[in-house]
Amino acid sequence: MNIPLTILTTIAWRNVWRNHRRTLVMLAAIAVGVWSMVWLTAIMRGMVDQMIKDSIENFTGHIQIHAYGYRDDPAIENSMPAPGDELKSTLSDPRIKSWSTRIKVPGVVTSERESLGVTIVGIDPQEERGLLFLEEDISEGHNLKSAGDKGIVIGKKLAERLETKLGRRVVLMSQDPENNIVDRGFRVIGIFDTEMEATETGFVFVGRNYAQNILKMGDQVSELALITDNYRNLGSLVTSVQAAASSMEVLPWDELDPYTGTMLGVIDGFVLVWIVVVFVAMSFGLINTLLMAVFERTREIGLIQALGMKPNLILLQVLIESFFLLTIGLLLGNLLAWLTILPIADGWDISGLGTEGLEYAGMSSILYPVILTSDVVTSNVVVIVLGLIASLYPAWRAARYVPVEAITRM
Amino acid sequence: MSTVTCRQLCKTFGEGELAVHALSDINIDFDLGSFACLSGPSGSGKTTLLNMIGGLDTPSSGEITIADQRVDLMNKAELANMRLKHIGFVFQAYNLIPVLSAKENVEFVMQLQGVSTSERDQRTMKILEEVGLKGLEDRRPAEMSGGQQQRVAVARAIVSSPALVLADEPTANLDSVTADNLMELLRELNEIHGTTFIISTHDKLVMSYAKRLIKMHDGKIIKDIPQ
Repeated sequence: MNIPLTILTTIAWRNVWRNHRRTLVMLAAIAVGVWSMVWLTAIMRGMVDQMIKDSIENFTGHIQIHAYGYRDDPAIENSMPAPGDELKSTLSDPRIKSWSTRIKVPGVVTSERESLGVTIVGIDPQEERGLLFLEEDISEGHNLKSAGDKGIVIGKKLAERLETKLGRRVVLMSQDPENNIVDRGFRVIGIFDTEMEATETGFVFVGRNYAQNILKMGDQVSELALITDNYRNLGSLVTSVQAAASSMEVLPWDELDPYTGTMLGVIDGFVLVWIVVVFVAMSFGLINTLLMAVFERTREIGLIQALGMKPNLILLQVLIESFFLLTIGLLLGNLLAWLTILPIADGWDISGLGTEGLEYAGMSSILYPVILTSDVVTSNVVVIVLGLIASLYPAWRAARYVPVEAITRM
Repeated sequence: MSTVTCRQLCKTFGEGELAVHALSDINIDFDLGSFACLSGPSGSGKTTLLNMIGGLDTPSSGEITIADQRVDLMNKAELANMRLKHIGFVFQAYNLIPVLSAKENVEFVMQLQGVSTSERDQRTMKILEEVGLKGLEDRRPAEMSGGQQQRVAVARAIVSSPALVLADEPTANLDSVTADNLMELLRELNEIHGTTFIISTHDKLVMSYAKRLIKMHDGKIIKDIPQ
């Protein structure tokens, strides 16, 4: 069939601008709708990324390996051997940015005034670079220097509760593999200050090799944590790591931290619901605009039918008109979103917006908007595709006019 | 050879006691190259007959044949195709597409027919010159007088050389001088191109140009006079 696209697009384009005011109102509605989709999605993605960064990438990592049973009972007897050659080879995968092994056992920290339960974390500070918050959050003193360091780094809040401070000594107490109590004095060489009180009071950091020595663990470790280049697509990597560590439990971050994992799922769902809700509100305006345009042009549509334009071409012409409206609205909306995201691209301090509780959700008060190509594409495709589907009704109405009735309609 | 043939053509609007018989048992032929006028008072069935012949409306019963094709049996798409290929229309008012210029309005039908750009240009400029609109090609309908708009409509109706041109009260909104000029133009086109014209009117001026005058009353042909 011959489709006279030139004349259809010419008429459609000029029809768009026949009623400037109505077109501008409709364009404003589409642009604001698209802007809200892209902008709010970028803000929400930014919040999620920040949450992941603060609560996952700074300690948990994207994937962890443990001995089976460790997560139910993180006792010393549920330790695992240091990674062998096969696992080390897998850990050299280019998707893995860094990995480290840790001792992580329950214990008690005692000062001269107070005793508190904590998790003793033995680390190699060189391996932990990019994996652990400690390096950046030391507020007094310094970080551990090596895996054999004999000092201890504690949180600011814990220091307050223990009524101790930098340079003082504390005693760590735990159990060795034979269930004997072991204890050792440590000098506080560093104090860290994070936004999470639970982290400050729940963990103390010592040298990994020194901890292994005290706890008589040999080269056994409690966990292996690793960080990748993309926290969203871990499926295949988890599978290959699991294959290399078949006798261990290999879990991605969303299973290790179900709260954050669920949050991410909820936000992903919310983004989609938000896009659809905004579109549905917008589509009423679009349908109304096109119906008005079709009703206003009833006689004209009758005329072009009389001149020999087939019903499917009339339908196509209304759809092209809708496509122009949607495309211009999308361009404006995306431009508006870009212009409003650009000034806050380097971080938006939302601490003045009553967001004090954010830290409890693992989020910082500085928000970095994140524009995912997939979100922008989804928003734009939803608007174009559903917009055209919504336009089918007015287009269908136009196409089924009886020419003689359309021409004579007042 | 007949261009248009109507047999036992009836059109009824409404049902039962409210039924209005707009056309009753019409039997008529229009030969190739006719210049026929349908005349009669309002409600006599002139426009209804034109609409039936042009495939803009469907008959309640009877047959219409144009160029050996049964119009009354066609679906919407076939009717559109038949109008596109064989029929040119000139209506009383609201004849042009407001967003297109005079040239684009004339080209419209040829674009639907898939005529090449160069041929379209050539034919459009020639026909616009013939109807006396040279120099007004780029004007939109709102920038032209009623007479100029009707000339554009006539140009569009004949530019693709249809077998048949149907004109419904083409002079109704024109002053007498403009109406006379338009009728002169239609007569010339009929004589030069051999185009068949069927014109509905109750304008005596238009009737004076007709080679055949068909008088209608209450949906029936009451006189068919060659002139």
